[in-house]
Amino acid sequence: MTDKTTDRTPAAARLGREITTPLGRGIKGLSDRAVAWIFIAPTIFLLLAVNIFPLIWTIRLSLTNYRANRTNAEVDWVGLRNYERILTDPDIWNSMQATAHFLVWTLSLQVLIGFSLAYLINKKFKGNDLWTTIIVLPMMLSPAVVGNFWTFLYQPQIGLFNYVVGFLSGVDPSSFSMIGDVALAPWAIVIVDTWMWTPFVMLICLAGLRSIPDSIYEAAECDRASAWRQFWTITLPMALPFLMLAVLFRGIENFKMFDLVVQLTGGGPGSVTELTSINLKREAFEKWRTGYASAYGVILFVTVFGLASIYVKALNKVKER
Amino acid sequence: MKSIGAASVAAMTLAVALSGPARADDLTLCWAAWDPANALVELSKDFEAQSGNTMHFEFVPWPNFADRMLNELNSGGKLCDLMIGDSQWIGGAAENGHYVKLNDFFDAEGIKMDDFIDATVVGYSEWPKNTPNYWALPAFGDVVGWTYRKDWFERPELQAAFKEKYGRALEAPKTFAELKDIGEFFQNREIDGKTVYGASIYTERGSEGITMGAMDVLYSFGFQYQNPEKPYDMEGFVNSPGAVAGLEYYKALYDCCTPPGSSNGYMSEGIDAFKSGQVAMQMNFAFTWPGFENDAMVGNGKTGYFVNPAGPDGAQFAQLGGQGISVVSYSSKKDAALAYIKWFAQPEVQAKWWKMGGYSCLKSVTLDPSFPSSQPYAQTFLDSMAIVKDFWAEPSYATLLQDTQRRFHDYVIAGNGTAQDALDGLVHDWTETFEDDGKL
Repeated sequence: MTDKTTDRTPAAARLGREITTPLGRGIKGLSDRAVAWIFIAPTIFLLLAVNIFPLIWTIRLSLTNYRANRTNAEVDWVGLRNYERILTDPDIWNSMQATAHFLVWTLSLQVLIGFSLAYLINKKFKGNDLWTTIIVLPMMLSPAVVGNFWTFLYQPQIGLFNYVVGFLSGVDPSSFSMIGDVALAPWAIVIVDTWMWTPFVMLICLAGLRSIPDSIYEAAECDRASAWRQFWTITLPMALPFLMLAVLFRGIENFKMFDLVVQLTGGGPGSVTELTSINLKREAFEKWRTGYASAYGVILFVTVFGLASIYVKALNKVKER
Repeated sequence: MKSIGAASVAAMTLAVALSGPARADDLTLCWAAWDPANALVELSKDFEAQSGNTMHFEFVPWPNFADRMLNELNSGGKLCDLMIGDSQWIGGAAENGHYVKLNDFFDAEGIKMDDFIDATVVGYSEWPKNTPNYWALPAFGDVVGWTYRKDWFERPELQAAFKEKYGRALEAPKTFAELKDIGEFFQNREIDGKTVYGASIYTERGSEGITMGAMDVLYSFGFQYQNPEKPYDMEGFVNSPGAVAGLEYYKALYDCCTPPGSSNGYMSEGIDAFKSGQVAMQMNFAFTWPGFENDAMVGNGKTGYFVNPAGPDGAQFAQLGGQGISVVSYSSKKDAALAYIKWFAQPEVQAKWWKMGGYSCLKSVTLDPSFPSSQPYAQTFLDSMAIVKDFWAEPSYATLLQDTQRRFHDYVIAGNGTAQDALDGLVHDWTETFEDDGKL
């Protein structure tokens, strides 16, 4: 009999022996595959319970006229009627347009400004770290707080934004309302989101820029490549996967944008800033048209999933180059 | 015999022990977070002292009140034993079994609905409307009315300027046409070195604001929810020429006479605009009025009150606010909750409720000869309550309300389309909802 106190085998050797022994043999009667299943089963169960089951349930509800506020009422099977109504509803398409406008402009501006800032920050200069910290501050704030205080900044009579615009352009500050004017409100939400989330894009771009080895630039210098050529042939292509990743993250986030815009405009004036997420929330939890809202949710899910899949494939191709 | 006697004594002792002082309960009352709720907390201390029960309160700010509380009711939650729910919830709460029907309780306790202001009984308690089926006790009477800067209206230079321009005295308007004239008169006027504006009106998009404000005007222009002879027949009533003119008027009032940046304002924004001396007139629910009397800026006689003005044909209505108090059917303390309602319905409690800033709906309080002079706004409140109309109280009220919010905001604030388009669209939306409900 050998006990641990008398075993003279080196500890490393003992450990190696234990590791090389198949795990399943340690648990009587269970194969390796069975043990593996035991370990991943809780995760799979959670995934099914939290993601897959609600998705299937939502699809089922989308084919009914169920209303969550009338649990006693009879639930009728309506087939694809909810989908048909959504896809032919001009208000839903207006909401999609508002979302598309928001997405296109926020992504364009954030990529442009974020990459430019990252490019500048990447150059070593005095106070570099301090500026980086200052720039990333807005993204650390809560969207609800940001939305709330920008409503004050946009206030025509006391708002700083209106004052600055008035000061620079000579326009009377109280003569325009960023969040009350149909033409300006879509831009008001773009400005705030850009202010808040450009630092996020900047940080990802900065990671991309810092991952480019200096040796490549040195080789380019030896070949007498101009700064402009270095930017187009080295910097941009090598930072592109990071840039695309930032667009993916921000695109998904902004497609479901809710809190910031609700605080700023409440979807108004009229419905010009009523993004799909706000519209969906109204259908589901204000009008309580659960079946209809489920169909709406499924359509949005398919749209985002489809677009994201195409985009990820494109991203992988860029990375392979 | 001796053993029977001993057993009887033991049984009586046990009965007395069991029927001793009632077990104290912790009751939770749910309402909106606003001034009257604070007054109710104070008032309820008397109930706690008398009953031994402890009162807890769950107050939610108005913009989230319906969302939060309807979620609670729809999920069968036990948070609230008593609910002071909005008047429009009554249909859904009754049909979906959220509230306890109170008819038997009222009969047993001698609480008569005839003792309460008729409009509040219909508005806060009955479902179906105009039938003796009661789901709440009228708790807080409220109505949309107007406040104005009496001190500005009384200034000789302003009176003279107004008379010169409009040929009549500057005084509280009696018609909507007069109200717009006054709004235009004050718009961008310098008073005490400060630019002021005509009026603050409801324009809020998210919950119910612009609907409450626009309906307050539309009723007096001829808007009706449905054909009085044929329920749910809305064509020609919702979008009648009068209703169209009313909505056009509301947009004109918004365009001409509100402060810049008033595109999303409701009760609190109106209070702020009035208290800060920004506007000459303010549309708001009567619950806000006691707060003005005590305010340093607009109190001490500087504020006047007037009933919602009449429309072009002399018709005069006002949007009903206010709530009834109900027992939540999912509560495990229904008896204690009913005891609270019994206590609250007492005339002396209602009289104290009015004194503390709560708008009692009990006739013995409001018809008391001293009532009109009890507060500067008391007569306006009484006159307003006599002309109230309310929004749909159907189980689908939330859908009907959100469609109205969108149509009205799209036209009045965003300026999309015409008033006729907005109201035609509303008929379409409402028809679709009632078809889904199987009522059409």
